[in-house]
Amino acid sequence: MEKRVVFHNRFLPYLLVAPQIAITVIFFFWPASQAVVQSVLREDAFGTSSYFVGMENFAALFEDDYYLNSFKITALFSTLVTTLGLGISLVLAVTADRLIRGATIYKTLLIWPYAVAPAVAGALWGFVFLPGPGVFAWLLAQMGVDWNFHLNGGQAMFVVVVAATWKQISYNFLFFLAGLQAIPKSLIEAAAIDGAKPFRRFWTIILPMLSPTLFFLIVVNVVYAFFETFGVIHSLTRGGPAKSTEILVYKVWYDGFEAQDLGGSAAQSVILMAIVIGLTVIQFRYIERKVHY
Amino acid sequence: MIERRPIADAVGHLIMLAAIFIVAFPIYLAVIAASHTIQDVSQTPMPLLPGAELLTNTARALFDGPQLVGVSGATPAIVLLMNSFIMAISIAVGKIIISLLSAFAIVYFRFPLRNIFFWMIFITLMLPVEVRIIPTYKIVADLGLLDTYTGLILPLIASATATFLFRQFFMTVPDELLEAARIDGAGPMRFFWDVLVPLSRTSIAAMFVIQFIYGWNQYLWPLLIASDYKYQTIVLAIGRLIRAPDAFYEWPVIMGMAVLALLPPVAVVVLMQRWFVKGLVETEK
Amino acid sequence: MAKVTLKGVKKNYGPVKAIHGVDMEIKDGEFIVIVGPSGCGKSTLLRMIAGLEAITDGTIQIGDRVVNNIEPAERDIAMVFQNYALYPHMSVYENMSYGLRIRGRSKADIETRVQRAAEILQLQPYLQRKPRELSGGQRQRVAMGRAIVREPSVFLFDEPLSNLDAKLRVQMRLEIKRLHQQLGVTSVYVTHDQVEAMTLADRLVVMNQGRADQIGSPQDVYNHPATTYVGGFIGSPAMNFLTCRIDTGQAKLTDDVILPLPAGWSVPAGEYSLGIRPENLRIARAGETAHLQLDVDVAEELGADTLLHGKIAGEEMVVRVPSHAGFHDHSRPGLVIDIERLHLFDRESGLRVATPG
Ligand SMILES: Nc1ncnc2c1ncn2[C@@H]1O[C@H](COP(=O)(O)OP(=O)(O)O)[C@@H](O)[C@H]1O
Ligand SMILES: [Mg+2]
Repeated sequence: MEKRVVFHNRFLPYLLVAPQIAITVIFFFWPASQAVVQSVLREDAFGTSSYFVGMENFAALFEDDYYLNSFKITALFSTLVTTLGLGISLVLAVTADRLIRGATIYKTLLIWPYAVAPAVAGALWGFVFLPGPGVFAWLLAQMGVDWNFHLNGGQAMFVVVVAATWKQISYNFLFFLAGLQAIPKSLIEAAAIDGAKPFRRFWTIILPMLSPTLFFLIVVNVVYAFFETFGVIHSLTRGGPAKSTEILVYKVWYDGFEAQDLGGSAAQSVILMAIVIGLTVIQFRYIERKVHY
Repeated sequence: MIERRPIADAVGHLIMLAAIFIVAFPIYLAVIAASHTIQDVSQTPMPLLPGAELLTNTARALFDGPQLVGVSGATPAIVLLMNSFIMAISIAVGKIIISLLSAFAIVYFRFPLRNIFFWMIFITLMLPVEVRIIPTYKIVADLGLLDTYTGLILPLIASATATFLFRQFFMTVPDELLEAARIDGAGPMRFFWDVLVPLSRTSIAAMFVIQFIYGWNQYLWPLLIASDYKYQTIVLAIGRLIRAPDAFYEWPVIMGMAVLALLPPVAVVVLMQRWFVKGLVETEK
Repeated sequence: MAKVTLKGVKKNYGPVKAIHGVDMEIKDGEFIVIVGPSGCGKSTLLRMIAGLEAITDGTIQIGDRVVNNIEPAERDIAMVFQNYALYPHMSVYENMSYGLRIRGRSKADIETRVQRAAEILQLQPYLQRKPRELSGGQRQRVAMGRAIVREPSVFLFDEPLSNLDAKLRVQMRLEIKRLHQQLGVTSVYVTHDQVEAMTLADRLVVMNQGRADQIGSPQDVYNHPATTYVGGFIGSPAMNFLTCRIDTGQAKLTDDVILPLPAGWSVPAGEYSLGIRPENLRIARAGETAHLQLDVDVAEELGADTLLHGKIAGEEMVVRVPSHAGFHDHSRPGLVIDIERLHLFDRESGLRVATPG
């Protein structure tokens, strides 16, 4: 899509894009290219000079059990966050959509967790599950669970998944509700006249019509679980106990900052970049398809 | 809907109310914790009804900060909140300004590097801070911007999302408006200020909400840039305090701080809900 | 006020030729209407005069000044757009005064001009309203007000009435005409509606695929269409065309349909296209010899008139007859042609053939 009518000016457009392009180059492209450069270098013991090591940093990564483990943890974490978050919000959106009264109020009362920072979400749920006074911790203890997510890796994963999912429900809910409300009522009525009962209508009409939204949200949620949950992990578990919640993004930060392994951290950055690029390409394939739809 | 089914409706309302209750529960609990003394909160389980200490604890959070041995220097929440406001508002306003300008250039001018710039902005979508942590930190350090507001704000100001939203909006502005303005004698910048910006008010409001929240909720970036307590944000402080070894003794104050940390962005979302929802759904189109 | 002169004006969009070379001289104070079907290049031509489109070739003069490379704002013109292009966030007053404010006119001067324009257009009660709070007709008047306050030497209109309903269109048409009489500013008006064109124009420009087929007064264009295209476009229902062979003062349609020609027409023998307007045929009176017999398929009742649609010698034909004549579907009236009002065109080129005599 292009404008038919435009202004003619030789210098002004460059002046207008200059701030954005300057920041993009200085803080995005330059560091990203540095990450690529760093990933094939290794510093000597004193940190004064570095030398080319080719793919060695990557090779080392894939021989590192902790890194492979981090991959598995990230996969588990993002699968749980995505499926739980989408499942719960879909149920809520379908429920709210079919209620004539109250849908708007319910929307207002459900959207605000979107505004809560991941780190704060972590703090809040950490308190609910706090071994001892935490209310859910106490409930679990009453049920005979030996609850302490600071010591038990599985329990730690459970808590970070709860906190991360909680924060994302409102976003998913908004999109599902918008998607549902965009389905023409006449279509559903036609199906009803054809004799389809509500469940049947959901599977054969509503869900297929909602599939573009669903697909979009899957990508967004995976991106969220991969890259935007650092605050949840850092505030709740610091990747522990025993690295049981150390997702990839947390490990990049930890290896680079706390462990000072620049080459290794840079190699991880490059791998993460490849993942983001892959996800973005998938997302845009989908958008293109939606345009032709 | 088609069938009238009062029982199903009632069940529906129950599900929604239960969901709202569960979603709100952790915050309710945080408020309760902030309204009790540490002795009360230490019971198993902690009390579920409000106590009398809310004001005391909030005041302590605001003006003293929690007293913890494990974390050096207690920063009062008022300073942290101020930093968060500075960061969130500057990021939101900065993003809006530079995105309006670049979207204007890309939509309303033809120039040789136009497509290249467009793709450069697009590619930033694929480069979140998280994937280039160390080198970005290095640049900021080399520029001497560690522990400065500039360092906290400037690198986060480039935004493909806002640029795309404004670009999309500009594309819907009828060509005839520009032609009328040209006949009226308006040059590009005059048209931008007098016509385009006022027309974009709704998009700007939507972007403000989304980017304010984005700025307020930053965590990893301040963690890298602000080692000096004077520049820390409230969200960052929560994440650090909660894992301090002796955090337990200050739960009421920390929970009070957590509530303070989430109130401003939640208020923005709820008060500007209309723009926020519109902006959110539209940027993703 | 000024005259406008176009010399060999052309416009290409890449390989697409939108305007093929138009010459035209618009007199000072004249109301010119550019008319033609959608896509024939009317807007393009107007927008070149406005300076909104670059001119590929030729020159445009406003007054004595060649304006090819002059910005729209400097051309001393004002334009009214089809969708009005009012600034949605500005009040009526601000919309009308925006151009004056940009030109740095004094507050008092702006106030006088806006008030005067508002009075002429009866917009005074609405000056503080936003465009979305106005009806279509009112918006249209604001768009004209914005043009008037500038006191330009040329007004340009691009289908200004097409977004209005039929009744309002007739009313605004009159208002535009009155306004022109009052202000006397040179005006160029684009429309696809031939009734609008005929009623408003001092002179018409009939456009056909990027060419000006004919420029002339409404009477002239109606009575002496320069091409079959113009003949078919101006007048409603459209002119009928019959292919014929002319020989020895007679037009032969088929072996048994032969029409007489006006005395004194001297045209070489050959193949022609004969143009007959539906209103230039009538029912043969009792005892009168009919020129033609029409096989009526459908009789369309319009109230005062009836349109008879049918075929003559295998070609479509429409005839306008008074309703009281009482013809209906599948009747077969005999028709008499007003021979003096026949139009003759070259079969190949479609150009009008001069019929000296
Ligand atoms: N910006 C453009 N690019 C390419 N072709 C164009 C453009 N504007 C108009 N045209 C073409 O030029 C011709 C005349 O258009 P226009 O002047 O708008 O017609 P009208 O106003 O008579 O309906 C049309 O065939 C149209 O497709
Ligand atoms: Mg047009």
